[in-house]
Amino acid sequence: MALPKVLGIETEYGITSADPLADPIVTSTLLVSAYAQSLAHHSSWDFEGESPHRDARGSQCDSDRAPAVERHLANTVLTNGARFYVDHAHPEYSSPECRTPLEAVLFDVAGEIVMLEAMEAVKRVYPEAPEIVVYKNNSDAKGQSYGCHENYLVDRSVAFDAIANALIPHFVTRQIYCGSGKVGLERVGALDLEHFQISQRAEFFEAVEGLETTIKRPIINTRDEPHADASQFRRLHVIIGDANCSQVATFLKLATTSVILAMLEDGALPESVGFPLDPVHAVHLISQDSSVTVAIPTDRGSMTALEIQYQYLDAATHYLDGKDATFLGGPAIASMLLERWRAALLGLSLDPLSMASTIDWVAKWRLLSAFADRHQLRPSDPRLQAIDLQYHDLRPERSLAQRAGLETIIDPDSALSACTNPPENTRAWFRGTALSRFPSEVVTANWDSVVFDIGEDPLRRVPMMDPMRGTKASTEDIFARSQSARQLLDLLGQ
Amino acid sequence: MAEQERTQRPKQADHSQDVETGEPTSSAGAEQLKADLDSLLDEIDLVLEDNAEEFVRNYVQKGGE
Repeated sequence: MALPKVLGIETEYGITSADPLADPIVTSTLLVSAYAQSLAHHSSWDFEGESPHRDARGSQCDSDRAPAVERHLANTVLTNGARFYVDHAHPEYSSPECRTPLEAVLFDVAGEIVMLEAMEAVKRVYPEAPEIVVYKNNSDAKGQSYGCHENYLVDRSVAFDAIANALIPHFVTRQIYCGSGKVGLERVGALDLEHFQISQRAEFFEAVEGLETTIKRPIINTRDEPHADASQFRRLHVIIGDANCSQVATFLKLATTSVILAMLEDGALPESVGFPLDPVHAVHLISQDSSVTVAIPTDRGSMTALEIQYQYLDAATHYLDGKDATFLGGPAIASMLLERWRAALLGLSLDPLSMASTIDWVAKWRLLSAFADRHQLRPSDPRLQAIDLQYHDLRPERSLAQRAGLETIIDPDSALSACTNPPENTRAWFRGTALSRFPSEVVTANWDSVVFDIGEDPLRRVPMMDPMRGTKASTEDIFARSQSARQLLDLLGQ
Repeated sequence: MAEQERTQRPKQADHSQDVETGEPTSSAGAEQLKADLDSLLDEIDLVLEDNAEEFVRNYVQKGGE
């Protein structure tokens, strides 16, 4: 039986200041700090148990390229269970653990609102600071990329090689519906519309597997840091993905990957959907082909991205037939996935432009080509690059994505509520509720524990090694009966 | 212009495919789409950063992840 696909999405946002000389670490810190100060309370992140250097292939990385844990930068836990912090030189929002792909989209959209509110908070808390603007994109067109990562709960008994084999064809090809689009091939300095790519990040991927995330980026990231009971669970950390402005694209990215993992756990995947013989080259080729027709060599012969995606879709359609799909959040979400997936593949095969209301790269391409036609621009006109960047500007008065006619699947009021209220069906509920109920007693929290200070030694750590425990159903009553953090801990038997 | 010729753009569907997908193909529908796009372009003209060249040049990020 497939495990419930508990999942989350972490996004590093681009950041600029009206002062072009400002240090992005400083501006990111101002952003996070201003937001934290505007909240009623503020708990910091707990680094206990972080091990980003552990490799799922079985070894500890001995390279000095292993990711480092930065402990000195602004870091905060939100009452919705998310983490909002400074990672390298970017503000990052890591969503709480969600129980369904649609819920993960909701909490990703909540992250956009948190960023907007943080920009406003800077104006209030640091009125002398130059204006800070945040972009939901993945590259600066000058050779620097920053990530949008996904995390999925996977059964530990599934061998890592099997996960890699099941997902490499997907990660090479899913960009056709979840790429965010980009003007140019920045690594060779060809910044013009003739070199439009469907993915922001494709050209930064240089390896098939690996532990690194900042250089020699791999299609399959082998980081083995489960933030849970390692004997039962694996957290698959996915780094090959663009940040999407389209909610439908975010949904498709998360839901397709979830169902493929579930099929793997249940032994329901075809032997081969078409494994690219050179996955890295294939990622680049597919990204550079906005006609969505390029064929790549695979173990089943020459195949297009659409043909490989249809193999997955057909397998998923067969797999989900007659299932209640609780691992995905129920039959309604399973139907939504299959309908959206099929519509995306059909639309792309008939006329990519027909998908301009759901696929980011198509929406962006439509704006760019129409604008270039109207003003008779040469392909390298900087206004086209400006449209590319401004598509991702989060400010309503500037955002082009918000003007592009993208379909939404998230209710705005629910998104606002998700900025402060946690998902109900994962341990994020315990984390967020502990923080909102007992803000002065929660001294710190991380993914797998919450630490309380009830005024006596030692501090009390409540472990949460199972992402599916600590839900509203299992702890609401205990919270209701607790007038203090001490009572809560007593009732929990801590 | 070998580069340009090599670049493939999204294809326009031909008429038979429109029939297949059941999309409206009337000229009134097409005119509405064009009007929508025109008003969108008018709006981009209004909100696009004034000095695109400087805006693009100043958009510099550090690597992340």
